[in-house]
Amino acid sequence: MGESIFQLRAIVKQYDARTVLHLDALDILQGEILALVGPSGAGKSTLLRLLNFLEAPTSGQLVYRGVNTARENIPLALRREITTVFQRPVLLNANVRANVAFGLQLRGASANGVVGKLLTRVGLQNFAHASARKLSGGEMQRVALARALAIEPRVLLLDEPTANLDPYNISLIEEIVRAQNRERATTVVLVTHNIFQAKRLAHRVGLLLNGQLVELRDTAQFFQSPQDPRTAAFVRGEMVY
Amino acid sequence: MKHFTFAFVLFMLGVSILGCAAPVSQPTAAPSVCTLRLATTTSTYDSGLLDAILPDFEKKFNCHVDVVAVGTGQALEIGSKGDADVVLVHARAGEDKFVKDGFAQERFDVMYNDFVLVGPKEDPAQVKRAQSAQQAFKLIADSGAPFASRGDKSGTNSKELSIWASAGITPTKGMKWYNALGQGMGETLLASNEGKFYALTDRGTWLSMTAKLPNLEIVFGGNTIDENPDKHLHNPYGVMAVNPDKFSGINAAMAKNFVQWILSPATQERIGAYGKDKFGQALFYANAAK
Amino acid sequence: MDDITRGLAQALELILSGDAALFEIVLLSLQVTGAALALAMLAGIPLGAALGLGRMRAQGLVTIFLYTGMGLPPVVVGLFVYLMLSRSGPFGSLAWLFTPSAMIVAQVIIAFPVVAGLTMTAVQAVDPQLRLQARALGATRIQEMWTVLQEARIGVVAATVAAFGAIISEVGAVMLVGGNIEGKTRVLTTAIVLNTRTGDFALALALGMILLTLTFLINGAMLQLQRVRDG
Repeated sequence: MGESIFQLRAIVKQYDARTVLHLDALDILQGEILALVGPSGAGKSTLLRLLNFLEAPTSGQLVYRGVNTARENIPLALRREITTVFQRPVLLNANVRANVAFGLQLRGASANGVVGKLLTRVGLQNFAHASARKLSGGEMQRVALARALAIEPRVLLLDEPTANLDPYNISLIEEIVRAQNRERATTVVLVTHNIFQAKRLAHRVGLLLNGQLVELRDTAQFFQSPQDPRTAAFVRGEMVY
Repeated sequence: MKHFTFAFVLFMLGVSILGCAAPVSQPTAAPSVCTLRLATTTSTYDSGLLDAILPDFEKKFNCHVDVVAVGTGQALEIGSKGDADVVLVHARAGEDKFVKDGFAQERFDVMYNDFVLVGPKEDPAQVKRAQSAQQAFKLIADSGAPFASRGDKSGTNSKELSIWASAGITPTKGMKWYNALGQGMGETLLASNEGKFYALTDRGTWLSMTAKLPNLEIVFGGNTIDENPDKHLHNPYGVMAVNPDKFSGINAAMAKNFVQWILSPATQERIGAYGKDKFGQALFYANAAK
Repeated sequence: MDDITRGLAQALELILSGDAALFEIVLLSLQVTGAALALAMLAGIPLGAALGLGRMRAQGLVTIFLYTGMGLPPVVVGLFVYLMLSRSGPFGSLAWLFTPSAMIVAQVIIAFPVVAGLTMTAVQAVDPQLRLQARALGATRIQEMWTVLQEARIGVVAATVAAFGAIISEVGAVMLVGGNIEGKTRVLTTAIVLNTRTGDFALALALGMILLTLTFLINGAMLQLQRVRDG
């Protein structure tokens, strides 16, 4: 952990005339797990879409590994270092194996060996030939996670990955994410409603409110001695709007 | 997924290759092969006459004849657009107009067959006592017995209309007994057999389909072309070479050969003989000017 | 009844005897329809996909044109192609009239709106989130489109099957622009019309059964594609 992998400066994202995101400065550090918490509509998911280059900011500087992506076209190779696991897993109408191999297939890379190992990691080693559409919600999300990990991303973006899951699946997925970060130094940006999940996983936590970053600190400090009264309220479990 | 993609691409490739073979296999694509395009009426083709006589032409002139067999109106239309080299049809008025409009230089008599009036065996209009086609039609109209018309502007249809005109009758939609089918000869005869209609037909089609028409018989026109009491029922066929000055791409030399060949005594003899073995009587009478 | 049993018997006899003329007619039917279908797919699937993904300007207008095209009577298409390819028409110099090429042109015009229109519907039915997910996993624009198409494959195959059925059984247009010339432009449907016209019902029925069998087999093969998955 140390250097910034993302540097965001004066980032504004507007839909029509409505500003949904307005960040003065945000640095995401190489190898950290950064949790972004905040109520619905705070701009968390929008931020992840910007980080995955799925959308471009309306204005501002978005620098990824030294490349100012707002000004230049992002090279495909750079774009392919980042991926997202969404809240609702969208799987192909194919078997589990094909789904996990999908990202590799897009890169023209061989999936031999990789898929089997990943399925074991997410506890689905016996489901390789099962139809992905027939799995339970938790199983589907684990397939989506394995699919993301298959491409060995430098940055893994997680958009409420466990929002609709049972405790067993939640702990399974959290453990995989933690291991991925520890063993491969994968940078993780986790968007969550759940402040306890942020506490369990993250090195640093940021609170987003109405498109603005209220506070960003190390996890322990964020929960024990929040600076902003709104953070304090949020941590106490009072809903903040 | 990969296999699906593969199979899909393979399938598309397969049909494409198969498809590409189609234009290659058509002889017209090779300019070295001579083709003559003949636009004619269904009656000459469907009766089997052309199949019987054309091989001789193809052998003699080493030229393949593409036969486009359609209704008389359409055949003349094809000729007048320059899409055929020779036209062989039976619609005297249309043919004369074709020459007058400059689409052909001349029309020649080739042969004729004849029309007969068929109807239910019970003959409710008592047409069998008629002395002429005109009288027969009048009897049908007077009795109100149902009549089936081709109604498709074919040669047969225009002949039928001219007989009604000569009898002073104008068939209209309001006449309950008059049914304009808008169908080919075969379909019209089949419908007449089912509905017990009277109908005008060429003798060739009648002879080839008699077995399927148990309810019908000839009520006017005699059993052979010689026995037909009304010469107005003769149905002359004319041949015309399409004017090459009007369009590019007309095979004029071969068209000329075709006209000369079909008018030649040897071909005329074959036309006159056609049908005798199958029906026991000739279907066409050759009448080219000697 | 008699004609039906005789038709069945004759169909079997024709197939078993390996009748050369029949083989030629069947082959040409498949060649013309195959080529037309391939061309219609080549143009129709990308257009349908682009429309389905909402990447086209004048989307509504194009869609109306496609739906209208799907309802176009084949004879009208045939007449239009005839006038275009006639020696006195604008493309007369191609000398395509009364050749298989003209028949392919007519069938492409009939099949294209079916392929494009139904592909569009199939693509629209795919979860819109899938495109975002594919892009997030590093798909290029083309890969993204291809992924959506693959998800829509059941619908795309259905579009192809529908177009195939429409043109293999079509007679009005191919009769008009092909001319039903023996050994050159005679296909199964025009041969059926000819034999019906001449009262040879058994043979017409036999050809009809062969056409039906052929369509059945090809549809079966195409539908099999929907099931193919990798292991």
